[in-house]
Amino acid sequence: MTTVATVSEETGSPYALSHLDALESEAVHIFREVAGEFERPVILFSGGKDSIVMLHLALKAFRPASVPFSLLHVDTGHNFPEVLDYRDRTVDKHGLRLHVASVQDYIDRGVLKERPDGTRNPLQTLPLTEKIQAEKFDAVFGGGRRDEEKARAKERVFSLRDEFSQWDPRRQRPELWNLYNGRHAPGEHVRVFPLSNWTELDVWQYIAREGIELPEIYYAHEREVFARSGMWLTAGEWGGPKDGETVEKRLVRYRTVGDMSCTGAVDSEADTIEKVIVEIAASRLTERGATRADDKMSEAAMEDRKREGYF
Amino acid sequence: MSTITTEELAETTLLRFATAGSVDDGKSTLVGRLLHDSKSVLTDQLEAVERVSASRGQEAPDLALLTDGLRAEREQGITIDVAYRYFATPRRRFILADTPGHVQYTRNMVTGASTAELTVILVDARNGVVEQTRRHAAIAALLRVPHVVLAVNKMDLVGYEEKVFAAIAEEFTAYATELGVPEVTAIPISALVGDNVVDPSSHMDWYGGPTVLEHLETVPVSHDLSHCHARLPVQYVIRPQGPDHPDYRGYAGQIAAGSFRVGESVTVLPSGRASKISGIDLLGEPVDVAWTTQSVTLLLEDDIDISRGDLIVPSKDAPATTQDIEATVCHVADAPLTVGHRVLLKHGTRTVKAIVKDIPSRLTLDDLSLHPHPGQLVANDIGRVKIRTAEPLPVDSYADSRRTGSFILIDPNDGQTLTAGMVGESFAAPEPVKDESEDDGWDF
Repeated sequence: MTTVATVSEETGSPYALSHLDALESEAVHIFREVAGEFERPVILFSGGKDSIVMLHLALKAFRPASVPFSLLHVDTGHNFPEVLDYRDRTVDKHGLRLHVASVQDYIDRGVLKERPDGTRNPLQTLPLTEKIQAEKFDAVFGGGRRDEEKARAKERVFSLRDEFSQWDPRRQRPELWNLYNGRHAPGEHVRVFPLSNWTELDVWQYIAREGIELPEIYYAHEREVFARSGMWLTAGEWGGPKDGETVEKRLVRYRTVGDMSCTGAVDSEADTIEKVIVEIAASRLTERGATRADDKMSEAAMEDRKREGYF
Repeated sequence: MSTITTEELAETTLLRFATAGSVDDGKSTLVGRLLHDSKSVLTDQLEAVERVSASRGQEAPDLALLTDGLRAEREQGITIDVAYRYFATPRRRFILADTPGHVQYTRNMVTGASTAELTVILVDARNGVVEQTRRHAAIAALLRVPHVVLAVNKMDLVGYEEKVFAAIAEEFTAYATELGVPEVTAIPISALVGDNVVDPSSHMDWYGGPTVLEHLETVPVSHDLSHCHARLPVQYVIRPQGPDHPDYRGYAGQIAAGSFRVGESVTVLPSGRASKISGIDLLGEPVDVAWTTQSVTLLLEDDIDISRGDLIVPSKDAPATTQDIEATVCHVADAPLTVGHRVLLKHGTRTVKAIVKDIPSRLTLDDLSLHPHPGQLVANDIGRVKIRTAEPLPVDSYADSRRTGSFILIDPNDGQTLTAGMVGESFAAPEPVKDESEDDGWDF
């Protein structure tokens, strides 16, 4: 825990916050604004590192009281078991309430159809939006960061969604100073992104500084994988390996954790947080470019999915 | 690829800055160059840019493509909104609010400048200070951005002539100073070639100052707080419902200005009740002192009624509360703001009903002329308004405190953000505006 101010060389002023402290303070401010202005906020929690950092910040924001939000996980049915286990342990540990929206359930009921490529990420939108409607959530925290992708660079911290959860880039409100406008009509909700101004490296540095525990798959481990579209995918019942794809044992880690069908691992020997950070800092590939098949679909893929209500 | 040590990954400081300039001035190229030359562009992003540039028949990768966001813009080749970019050097982390420089996008520039500690204003060395440059300077002055950088671009097209640069720098600095801009740093650059953006130029030996990036890395990001009014808008009251903390009542908020210390006498506004700070929690850690922009929880000696929307201030330095606010505003919504308009006003953590009593004047940014009683303000207009609020508010002058001197107006019907407001006088300088009317409320 740092409570020591960074003394900047230029001014000698003890009042400059370090970049992590500044980002942390901003995120906490966002959580508290939502707690003060909304009736039923919920945090999207996948057990991935960004949602873990979000929850950590929310816990800090209301200490010593408990977090006044519940959690929501959109379960694709193709999640890594290590991540689901982490999710459940975290929920228990902090005495939180977890809502689950299940893609598998929608497929079983025939409402959604499995895609030919087996990818379920695009199928998350409907279960998510219907759960938001059913539970009447009025603020939904997402771990999205503006540095992730070009369409996200223009996303607001408070992002208004209509009753169909649609995002209209022309309806977004200007955000001035730190005066967030959360007003919305009944049935509409606001997506809130407390990590808007964080980069991947900031998130990792913060995890290291705060000593936050992550699912093991973020660190180098031996795993049976096969190659597809230039990524190492985990073998499993979700649809791999197919004919002509061979499974091999490799030392890998995950940079992002999503659906098993579209989240690739990278070759890595980084088995500690420090080694992971050094690897990321030295990496010349963006987080999504290297390991997410779903963003490669087309240059406008993310923009289209955001309009439909995706994270 | 240079190897990176964990030492280089230590915590640094954060600078939020904004850019203003038009496509023709080479702004996208400057931003692309900053990202590219500071090694913040990653391989796959660069490959995408190279691919698109090649498909358009361009010889070199078009760095401006790095900053194109939405499909509508890609199709029109313009930037239509504020986009935020992130890059870092071992010395500092940067958040760049990248705003388009076209005339009808004043509101985007105001938005970007509202959180910026520094603005980079771009001019084309061939054209010098033009109307648009003066508009950009005026917005930086209105928003009280502490540091302004004048980047004189395309020096390669004027033969890297020192006297061309010096004339532009002199004219701009004189104008900005007249507006009350506290600090101008002029830098001759070529974004296209890369002169003085990240690397020092070999073409301009006559220039001895920093490159754009060097300046961004070293400009101070904190202020001397001893002259600031301390302000804490209460966001939320923390009351654990448990046996461990039966009597805990904490007032959570982000310190908007100045600093607070344990033992200090404080007053809560608008009620005016006083108490002493008995403790400060910095996200779960007890501290003796806390300052802007830390998010904290204050504990007080007395059990007084405090809720979201209240403002905690030092008893010896409390602002007056008022229901009559006079401010300079930028109208940001498509529908106009009219006299008699019923609105909501959000100031700090408090939102109150309000009514637009009068719009004394509209300001033309090109020549700073005043147009009395326009009757309404339309999108991108800047003007003076008088507002009456339903409840007293403890407002500061924007000149003293950017966070507690600012507000937004909200449409109560559809929730749209209508207007950005800055309490008090428009400019720091005594008389920068040409009043075309009788004196009607301008208090310079």
